Amino acid sequence: MLSKVFTRFTRWSVMKELIIREVDSLIIRSIGIVSFISFFVGGVVAIQTALNLNNPFLPKNLIGFATRQSVILEFAPTFISVIMAGKVGSYITSSLGTMRVTEQIDALKVMGINTYNYLIFPKIIALLFYPFIITISMFLGIIGGYAASIYGGFCSSTDFIEGIQLDFIPYHVSYAFIKTAFFAFILATVPSFHGYFLKGGALEVGKASTTSFVWTSVLIIITNYIITQLLLTG
Amino acid sequence: MITIEKLYKSFDGMSVLTDISTQFEKGKTNLIIGQSGSGKTVLLKCILGLYDTDSGNIYFGERSLQKMDTSERSILRQEMGMVFQGSALFDSMTVEENIMFPMRMLTQKSPEEMLSRANEVIKRVNLINANKKLPSEISGGMQKRVAIARAIVMNPKYLFCDEPNSGLDPKTSTLIDNLIHEITKEYQITTVINTHDMNSVMEIGEKVLFLENGLKGWEGSNKEVFKTENETVGSFIYSSNLFKKVREVYQQEN
Repeated sequence: MLSKVFTRFTRWSVMKELIIREVDSLIIRSIGIVSFISFFVGGVVAIQTALNLNNPFLPKNLIGFATRQSVILEFAPTFISVIMAGKVGSYITSSLGTMRVTEQIDALKVMGINTYNYLIFPKIIALLFYPFIITISMFLGIIGGYAASIYGGFCSSTDFIEGIQLDFIPYHVSYAFIKTAFFAFILATVPSFHGYFLKGGALEVGKASTTSFVWTSVLIIITNYIITQLLLTG
Repeated sequence: MITIEKLYKSFDGMSVLTDISTQFEKGKTNLIIGQSGSGKTVLLKCILGLYDTDSGNIYFGERSLQKMDTSERSILRQEMGMVFQGSALFDSMTVEENIMFPMRMLTQKSPEEMLSRANEVIKRVNLINANKKLPSEISGGMQKRVAIARAIVMNPKYLFCDEPNSGLDPKTSTLIDNLIHEITKEYQITTVINTHDMNSVMEIGEKVLFLENGLKGWEGSNKEVFKTENETVGSFIYSSNLFKKVREVYQQEN
């Protein structure tokens, strides 16, 4: 499938519009839910950390430190990607699956159009903007942690800000974005495969969306493990 | 003209089409009839190149589909128009955009030229006040008209229709049949239609190919099909009470 996606390109004037439409559907329309989840999960991480710091000898800036590490290393890239497998992945599978069962893909083929390039390539390009969403998630996750810590009275603003600067390793951000790039590719291709090669009718579209979510999540989790092993334990 | 020679097609070792040979002539409406599961849609998809055949040849004029490479097939497909059973209109596009779509993808025409050509075919298929509507906002009959307009907008040499009357009332079915027939004559297209509808056979079946369990059961014209001695064709055609009555009247008159 992938080799066909990158051959016989659709003309640029048409492709440009398709990419813009996919960026809107897959990226822009995901910002709301990602922001909401990130802010509150960041807050919960901070609260959980604070409640587990019973020892008075442990500095309060650990709340900021733990929130930053959790959000940047795991929550934003991995947890949000699994959520996106549900939102974006289901959208891709169901839209391509519906096009399959209503013969719209056959209609494109009969016109002599490379359907792989026309339908899947714009989704891959749109998901190049996926790190943008993860950046928002990282930022809002930490802000959520900050808000929860301050308004919950778990630490002072100075402690939290000191914590998020403590032992900061820029490579961890690079690691997070390397993971994100792999997850973006999985998010674009696995659901596309399940939608494009769907057989059957409306019922199968629903089943394919579920299967696509499961496989995308599984692949994200496995890829996460492999990349972490390769990049952080060397 | 489309010539099919000794065509075989199977799925997972199960034969679906066996030794099909026939010709579909230019400027005529050629009908493929047969029971559900007889292989009509598979034959149509083989002709369109959507399915690869096991053996045999399909010629478009002098050109063999089986010997064409990807780019030659791509050129051939630009000479084809297809009306799908469910119309297969693009949901997110308006009627006008659906009709202009093949031109946008395959020609260098300016937006004004495309719009002018789209309006020409919209007028030809009698679509009124529907240009800016989405497919979900128009009736099944209108969707079929849009699908026909999209299929003929590139001036195809070959027009294929998969059950163009399915889901339509008898009056609209006749209108769609006549529209396809008129367009075939007007543009001298080779038209191939898959159908169950005996009214279509009566109205526009200049050449009729009857498929039975993947085999060619019979072929001839609509004038011959109602007189044939072939029992299988007879039992298929006269399976409805209406046509049984027609046969009785015909036999009494003759």
